[in-house]
Amino acid sequence: MTKEECKKLVLDIIADIAPDEDLGNVKPDVKLRDQLQLDSMDFLDIVMELRKRHGIEVPEADYMQLASLDSCAEYLTPKFNAASTGKA
Amino acid sequence: MKHSRIVITGVGLTAPNGNSLGEFRQNLLRGVSGVERIELRYIGPVPAGVCHFDQLKYQKKKEVRIGTRAGGISIYCAREAVQDSGLKWEGLDKNRVGIYLGITEHGNVETENEIHAISLFKYDTKFWSHHHNPRTVANNPAGEVSLNLGITGPAYTLGAACAAGNIGLIHGAQMLRLGEVDVALAGGVSESIGTFGIFAAFKSQGALASHDDPKKASRPFDKARNGIVVSEGGCIYTLERLEDALARGARIYGEIAGYYINSDATDYVLPNPERQSECVRRAIVHAGMTPADIDIVNTHATATPQGDIQECQAIGAVFAGLAEPPHINNTKSFIGHAMGAAGALELAGNLPSFQDRIVHPTINVDELDPQCDIPGLVLNQPREAKRVDALLNNSFGMLGINSTLIIKRFIA
Repeated sequence: MTKEECKKLVLDIIADIAPDEDLGNVKPDVKLRDQLQLDSMDFLDIVMELRKRHGIEVPEADYMQLASLDSCAEYLTPKFNAASTGKA
Repeated sequence: MKHSRIVITGVGLTAPNGNSLGEFRQNLLRGVSGVERIELRYIGPVPAGVCHFDQLKYQKKKEVRIGTRAGGISIYCAREAVQDSGLKWEGLDKNRVGIYLGITEHGNVETENEIHAISLFKYDTKFWSHHHNPRTVANNPAGEVSLNLGITGPAYTLGAACAAGNIGLIHGAQMLRLGEVDVALAGGVSESIGTFGIFAAFKSQGALASHDDPKKASRPFDKARNGIVVSEGGCIYTLERLEDALARGARIYGEIAGYYINSDATDYVLPNPERQSECVRRAIVHAGMTPADIDIVNTHATATPQGDIQECQAIGAVFAGLAEPPHINNTKSFIGHAMGAAGALELAGNLPSFQDRIVHPTINVDELDPQCDIPGLVLNQPREAKRVDALLNNSFGMLGINSTLIIKRFIA
């Protein structure tokens, strides 16, 4: 999986978590909370959906890695790739 | 002790056959059922009353996602009730607004959904949603209204099985009389069609309706009735003290004349006609009336074989010997049993009779059960009444809770 594909999967989740938001112009290097109406409960939902849909665990200590799309891709892409090769 | 007079100044509702008082009433007069067939998890096809209001009229998609169906129904009804009342909402002190909602149950839908969700993950509880607790606390429906409307006064629910809709209204009136609030948003709500457990339990009890045509499934008083059609719905009233309503020139739908709540203390499930008739009698006394003053009786009858007969016995005993018995009708024949919303919705269906003097019927009575044949039944076709000055609304529930509410025409 590429980082761009990873961002797309994260955006798919955000589209369900924050269905009123326009996700067409999300800036990848800007914190998600600074450009979208997302609160701490929503981030818990994102973590839950990563677990449910993709079998990916994000420990609480790493929540800050989900701050922006870029940081999500940086942090999650290796996890996605490990999951797909059964090394998760 | 002199009580303040309490009046109804707004109505907001969603029923399986209407999303406003006007639409609901029109369908009750035209004989239009709102019952349809749904597919329910584990149960399969079953008749149920489903509401079709626009949930995005007053909520964002995210609020719908996080909240509950009961919360969404409550918000819709509360907003409509406020709007209908003509209250100047912007200037109103929201500390002085109370939300009092009757519920039969709450939390079954959300708990069943979560258990189903984790069943897909071998029941590993790390997949259990953090939304579970705010969704299932018993005050959820009232709390969601407070969040949506920015109401900072008391907001809670009243658990009273299927007597709850009446009890929401009664409690609202009591809080106004105590001076706790200046406006009460009071009534009842139900999301019960989302829980297979309620359907399955009624089925195990032999009390779940079935029929090839879902619109014919709910048939109180009919010889072939075979049980309850479970429904969702909501009805919330704006209640005010009379002097406040008059001061702002509000339209007044009717006045709370009297009420009574009692308990059978005899069985978990089976009703007790003696206590029911006592409840009706004492409500009439509480209203300062006699049985001859009552013009319409809305029955609780749910179309169970025994329950309908027992309520007819109870009502028959109260109104026996009157030269002109009250007109007796039933709303569940159109919408099924809207559980916590039932009492409040069923009252709303009869409120316009103060204006048009038409009594909506009980539909689906193809062959009247002789054991339900009491004087005054209005069957299958609406009837014009000579006089409609007082409505008596019955709602009874499991664990033997009975409620009777009497609304009278407002006369200054």
